[in-house]
Order: sequence, then C-alpha cells, then structure tokens
Amino acid sequence: MTPELGQLALILALLLALAQSILPLVGAWRGNRALMAVARPAAAGQAVFVAMAFGILVWAFLHFDFSVQYVAENSNTALPWYYRIAAVWGAHEGSLLLWILILNVWTVALIAFSQKLPEVFASRVIAVMGLIAVGFLAFILFTSNPFGRLLPMPGDGADLNPVLQDPGMTFHPPMLYMGYVGFSVAFAFSIAGLLGGELEQAWVRWARPWTNLAWAFLTCGIVAGSWWAYAELGWGGWWFWDPVENASFMPWLVGVALIHAQAVTEKRGSLRAWTILLSIFAFSLSLLGTFLVRSGVLTSVHAFAADPRRGLFILVFLTVVVGGSLLLYALRAPKVLGGKPFNVVSRETAILISNLMFTVAAAMVLLGTLFPLVGDALDLGQISVGPPYFGFLFPLLMAPVVLLLPFGPFLRWGKTDAPLVKQVLLRAGIAAVACAIVAAFFVDGQLKAIAGVGALVWLGIGVLLYAAKRWREVPRGRRYPAEMAGMLLAHLGVGVFVLGVLLSESLSVTRDVRMVPGEAQHIAGYDFRFDGVQHTTGPNWTADQGTVTVLRDGDTITVMHPQKRTYPRGQVQTESSVDPGITRDLYVALGEPMDARNLEGAWAMRLYYKPFIRWIWAGGLLMMLGGLVSAGDKRFRLKRKVQDEGAAVATAPLKEAQA
Amino acid sequence: MKRLLPFIVFMLMVVLFGFGIWWNTRHDPNAITSPLLDKPAPEFALPKLYEPDQQVSKTDLLGQPYLLNVFGSWCIECGVEHPVLTAAAPTLGVQLVGYNYKDAPADAKAWLARHGNPYGLLIADEKGDTAIDFGVYGAPESFLVDAKGVIRYKHIGPITAEVMANEVKPAIAAMLKEAP
Amino acid sequence: MSRRLLVLLAALWLGAGLAHAQAIEPMPFADRAQEVRFQHLTAELRCPMCQNETLADSNAPIARDLRNQIFKMMQQGRSDDEIKQYLVERYSNFVLYDPPLGTGTALLWFGPLLILIAGAGVVLVAIRRRGAAATNNESQPGPGPADLGDDW
Repeated sequence: MTPELGQLALILALLLALAQSILPLVGAWRGNRALMAVARPAAAGQAVFVAMAFGILVWAFLHFDFSVQYVAENSNTALPWYYRIAAVWGAHEGSLLLWILILNVWTVALIAFSQKLPEVFASRVIAVMGLIAVGFLAFILFTSNPFGRLLPMPGDGADLNPVLQDPGMTFHPPMLYMGYVGFSVAFAFSIAGLLGGELEQAWVRWARPWTNLAWAFLTCGIVAGSWWAYAELGWGGWWFWDPVENASFMPWLVGVALIHAQAVTEKRGSLRAWTILLSIFAFSLSLLGTFLVRSGVLTSVHAFAADPRRGLFILVFLTVVVGGSLLLYALRAPKVLGGKPFNVVSRETAILISNLMFTVAAAMVLLGTLFPLVGDALDLGQISVGPPYFGFLFPLLMAPVVLLLPFGPFLRWGKTDAPLVKQVLLRAGIAAVACAIVAAFFVDGQLKAIAGVGALVWLGIGVLLYAAKRWREVPRGRRYPAEMAGMLLAHLGVGVFVLGVLLSESLSVTRDVRMVPGEAQHIAGYDFRFDGVQHTTGPNWTADQGTVTVLRDGDTITVMHPQKRTYPRGQVQTESSVDPGITRDLYVALGEPMDARNLEGAWAMRLYYKPFIRWIWAGGLLMMLGGLVSAGDKRFRLKRKVQDEGAAVATAPLKEAQA
Repeated sequence: MKRLLPFIVFMLMVVLFGFGIWWNTRHDPNAITSPLLDKPAPEFALPKLYEPDQQVSKTDLLGQPYLLNVFGSWCIECGVEHPVLTAAAPTLGVQLVGYNYKDAPADAKAWLARHGNPYGLLIADEKGDTAIDFGVYGAPESFLVDAKGVIRYKHIGPITAEVMANEVKPAIAAMLKEAP
Repeated sequence: MSRRLLVLLAALWLGAGLAHAQAIEPMPFADRAQEVRFQHLTAELRCPMCQNETLADSNAPIARDLRNQIFKMMQQGRSDDEIKQYLVERYSNFVLYDPPLGTGTALLWFGPLLILIAGAGVVLVAIRRRGAAATNNESQPGPGPADLGDDW
C-alpha cells in the first residue's frame, strides 16, 4: 500500500471537492438542475477518496512504514497498536487529515438526511461544505502532506510523544473535531440562506439537531482534554486558559448562544439575524482555533510546530471564508423584524440576555488570548495573560446567567405573568440560601465553596421545580419531550459543574513533601504512607514505581502507584496516581529521589487532596448528554413542512427586506 | 452600517494576525525583551573560573566596554555559537568576557579545553544567583555593556555568523562611535 | 533538512520531558500559611523559559532557581508585591500572568466591560422594539398550537 496512493487520493478528493462546491453554486444561481445535482455525488466521491487516504495512513502506521516521514516522526517499533492508530492524529499533518475525514463524515450524513430539503437550498449547503473541504485539502496538499517520504528509511521511528500515549488524549482530538466541524453544518445553512435570500423556520428546525450534536461532541472533546490534563500532566489542574484550550472554548461558548438562538428562531421566527450571525461566529471561531494552534502566532505548551508559510495559508483561507461570510451577512441579513414580538419579561428576553453574556465571554477570552500579540504589535512590551485574568472575568460574566437559568423554562414565549416567576424565585432562592448557610459550617466559611453549594441548589431546585410542574400538569407520554429533557439535563449539568469548580478550587490541599519509606503525611484526614520505590516495566517504557498507602483512622483506603517512566528515546514522563471518588480525589505525583544514587532513600513527591473535582467533568458530561438527548427529539425529524402560524411570518423572504 | 461591524472587527483581527506571522519571522517568539536595556548592569562579584580566589566585580570592569557571553558546557547551542565567537574575538573591538553559568568548574574547563577559549576574561556563576539579576533564563545569552556599565544590547540564543554581522558588530560600532 | 529535523525533534523531546515533569521540591516553610502563599504566588508567575507554564509547575532550571529565590525573599519578609516587582525588573511584565493595570493594558481590562455595555445597548434596543410591537399588537402573543401551558 504505497503512500503515494494516499497523496493521489487526496488530489482526486480535492478535484471532487472543487466540483462539489463550484458547480452546485452556479447551478443554484442559474436554476440549472443538472449542475445542482452534482452536489451529492461529488460529495460522496470526495468522501470515498478522503477515507481511502486516511486508511492508507493508518495502514502505514500499523505496518511500521518508517519510509513515510510522518510515521517515522510519530511512532516506533515499541509503540502498541492502539497508540499507533492514535498517532495518526498525533501531530500536525495527520490531525488535518483527521479534520477533513470528519468533515466528510458530516457531509455524508448531510447528504443522507437532507432529501426533504428543497433542491436549491440543499445544493447550496453541500456546496459550502465543499468549499471548506477545498480549503483544507489544498492546505494539506500544498503545505502539510502526511505522505512525504523519509529516505533513507530509518531503522526505527522517533516515537509518539509520551504525553499523547493515553486514552484521554486519543479520544480528545476526534471528539473536538467532530464538534468544530459539526458547526460547519449550521454555518453552511446560514450561508445558503443568505445566498438564497430565504431562511424558513422549517429549515432552522432542521438545523437544530445538527447544531446540538456538534455542540455535544465539542463538550465531550473539551471534557476529555481537561480530564487528560488533570490525569496526565501531574499538576493537579484541569484548565489553564492556555491559548489552545481557549481556542476550543470560544466556539463552545458561542455554540451555547447559537443553540438557544436557534430555539427562538425555530419556534417564534424572531432573532433570525442573530441566529445567522452566531452560526457564522461559531464556525469562524473553530477555524480561528485551527489557525491559532498551527501558525506559531501564540505560545502554548500545546501548539503544533509553527511554520509561517502554513500560518499564511490558513490566514488567507480564514479571511476568505470568514470575511466573505461576514460581508455576505452585512449585505443580505434580514433587516426587517421578523417573527412574533415579545415583552420585556419573556423567555426571548432571558435568552437574549444570556446570549449576550456568552458572546461577551467569548469576546473576553479572545481578547485575553490575543492580547500578547497586540502587545507586540503596539509595542506595549511583553504582556502575559493567564488564569488571574480569565478566571476573574469569566465567573463575573457567567454569574448573571446562573441567576437567570432557573427562570428560563418557567418563562413563556412572548409574555410571562409575574407570579409564576416570583414563585420560582422564592422557592429556589430560599433553598439555595438555606443550603449555603448550612454549607458554611462545613467549609470553614470559604466564600467560594459556599457560593458553589448555593449555585448547585439554585440551579438544581430550578430544574426539579420545572420537572415537577410538567409531571403535575401534563398527561403521561408527553411530559418530557426529548428537547426539554435535554435542556433539563444540560441545565442541571451546569449546576453540577459550578459546584465542582468552586469546591475543588477553594478546598484543595497541595503539599510537596520529602518522605523516607515508612514515613507518612497527614492531609485532610488521610494518612499518606510512603512504602518505597521499585523498578517496573511496560510495553514501551521502564519506570520507577512508588507505593503510597492511604489510610484513614488506621484503615487502608487504597494503595497508589505513581511512576516515573522512561521511554525508548529517553523522554521522562511522570505518571501520577489518582484515587478517584465522588466527594474527593486523592492524587500523588512522584518527584525525584533526594539522592540520585540512593533510590531506596528519601523521595520528593507531591500529594493532593481534591474535593468534588469529578463533579466538574460529571457536569460537563451531563451537558453533553443534554445536547445529545435534545438532538434526538422526534419533532426535528418531521418530514413535512409544519403549518403553524409562525411560518407565515418567518418565511417572508429576506429579499423583500432588502427592497 | 451596523451590520458591517463584525466584518470590520474581523478584518482588524486579520491585520493583527498578518502582523503576528511577519513578526515571528523576525523575532524569536521565545525571547523576552530585556527590561535592562539602557539601564546599568547589576552589581556583581564573581570568582574567576581559573583563579577562583580572585573576584571580579562590576566596578573592576568599568571604563572599558565588553561583550558578556553567558554559556555552559551543558548547553548545546553554546557549542554552535562558540566557533563564531572564537573567529570574531580578535576583531570584535571590545573585550569578550565569558560568564560560565550553572556549570561545575571541572566540566567548564574541560569543555573550553576541547572547544577553545576565546574569552579575555572568564568568570563563573555556579549557582546562577547573580544571573537572575541580569535577567538570564537560559544559555547562551550575550550582553553588550559599555564603558559606563550600561547594558546597550542583549541577544538571546546563539550568536550565529549572521547575528554577529547584522546585529552584534553594528551595535558595537554604534556604541563606540559615541563620544565618551 | 533531515539534520535540522533531528535537532528539532531532539528539542521537542527535551522540551516535552522538561515541560511535563513536576516541579516537586519540598521547601522548609515556616508554616502552612506560608506554604499556601508560596503556592499562590508561584502559580501567578510565568516561567521565562517555558512554553506557557507557571513557576509552580515548571521543571526548567530557571524556574527552580526563581522558586528558590522567591522562597528566600519570603523568608526575608518581602511582600508579594515586592517579589513581583523584583522579577519584573529583571524579566519584564512577561512573568506576570496577572497583567498589571496600566495605560497599556487598559484595553485588556476594560475591553470586556465596554463590549458588554455596547452589547447591552443593542439588546435593550432590540427588546424595546419588540416590546413596542407587542403592545401595538391586538392579539397578545400567546401559546403555540401544541402548547400545554408553556409552549414547547
């Protein structure tokens, strides 16, 4: 299976992508059905060739083809087969191939499930997806070819970066890309709508599950990345506001706003321009993330190797796609207020306000991330922006959202009666304050921890109150439509997440200690007893493995084995040991022996007690689950155009608005 | 008009990114601009490498400009710049002072024996404490200090032939041209 | 090309090894409060040499040296601000993850607030326009067709 075939496959894919994008757009413009009909077959063909190219690269990895430079750089003979597959996306070139593969996965799904959409609209949507594919395929072929040869062929490869040899890290990029790329569907929809001058309510309804699904994947990817950082990197943290992390978080924030805006537009026909703009923002931020991570413009532990040529290419691509769509928006977005009007106290207003906060939060993250670059450009000296900035402003901006959240389901579209709102406020509010006061006794009056408890109760009671209301008022079988169940899950997830963050941040204990075998340290009610270090081996590493026994009141709770691994190429990697728990994690990272010649003597190590830290990822997973459940709602799959009074208002063609 | 706002803001960002890419081709993204430029060098008193009982202080070096080169035997890139320094030392115009950073004296001496010793003066900072006052965070780094003891130029990373010709020598020339 | 590649790879692996080892160094703190203060302070300071790491977590030689220096200064009774000032004098504002509030960083610290105000203005206008349409409208915006009390 020669790698050159992979390159050939990519070239053919590029040609098909060109056909997929240009011909249907021309066809839609001219009303030429034959040209429009090119869209689906061309997309299918492109998918076949991209899959082929990806398969060839996987094959090269599995069969140790070190004549392929990318394989030689990212694997070696000792690497287990599952990490050899993961190594395909372990570095720049391969990860781009994964990106384009996933774009094709979404495109194929789009082709399959869009049969009921009007031909003109659907062909435009597929064409826009094709344009994105053209950009990425060209980028791969001209600047980042994974199939380049390395001759003479080395006897053994370098290795996959040990830090990536972990299940979390294997999982993280595909999930993340599923999210990033998934936003291209909503994006393609908006562009097609702008091009055609129409954005029917029924089409927005069609786009919603795609967006919810993409967002759920992105949530999963971010959670996986955060979990990996915690488990692998040994610093006990789960988020650093590193530029690359921020690059994934910005589309996520805008994605939240987009999901809610789509809900409004779909049900009430209003906020169409906002929905279009947010979908452009969401995907643009995904593309921006790609740029930031690979152009070398920002410093990060996480960034791929920088290359100005690549940076320039992506920048041009970014300018064309994002600049073009924003220009299109400026020229063609609906100007006339569409859809049903709404009062000040209404669900629409609540969504508008929280969308504002999410958008400002994303803007804040963007500003902070780019500011070092601004500092260089404006000669302000070298400025670093880190957790003290982001970690301060983000909670401030999110606090109003957390306060508003329980009211969301209780508010009605258009207009709401105050007594209902007051009732929620009183019940959830009193419960939250009461629990917070009780919690104060348990957490030594730490304000953050108290706020965390209060937030969970506030949000949790809000969700429960609404669920109870539905139970009482609605007959069985129609109580919890999937869309609503998803919403409740996700909102609950927010509460769980906030509790996890605030409690773990305020109540964690970290200690660097030096212990001889037999010695113990007392932290937060636990005794960590060091029982010495042994030598051990794994599939492609050797390690010094420590044994730390954890006791509580004399009873052994667990035995932990932190390691210091050495990989074939000499890289040293600390493999921390984590004892998970619902209410706390215990965490040990092995340092250095105090005397390098005496491994049986004293060792330095870091001990962590991290209360409720799992709630952070549990909350994230609940949010992801919410997105998935929502996406599965039957209502979104209605085949016929729904005839409700909303349609008349919302389907007013955008063209009229331009007149 | 309001609808053009996102487009305008985005294009501003594009300009910023274009600048970023251009800037990276000219600057080492990992180099920190020294806050000590055009400020007096810190006071220091360090032993000579070969005569450890003799101390060299900042006042000892006043009156003559010098190029202070921070290096160590453990530093790979120092090996890259060493031939350039050796070749340029005779015609540099200023004294070349070696600052041995975080090195065991025996290792340093062995390294110099192997690669040659172009330094007119060699001082040793084994612990690296004084280097912090200079804002050193790795090796190699080089400081151009004038006769009054003011830091005029700093280079982070190895001094390649290019850097020597395009940056170091012109900096020395500019400094020497000024009337004392 | 391949030689440069090998040097780059070596640098990456070296960097990877350094970057991901822990900066585990037990220090003789006077008490727990001092230890916590040290942890917070070093978590706010950036390692000059690394690719975006705190002094608390970096294993680079300079990070070690700076941590020791900070510890020494804490023993001498210097305040957090004095310690930060000391580092900024030598390594510039680069080492502060908490950007100082100054003319240069005004945009950074007040930018989000400005964006929020501008956005709030837009939202307010939008709500007013809709509200006006709502009160003008004869038929009150009410529940949708499948509604059972709260229109889903």
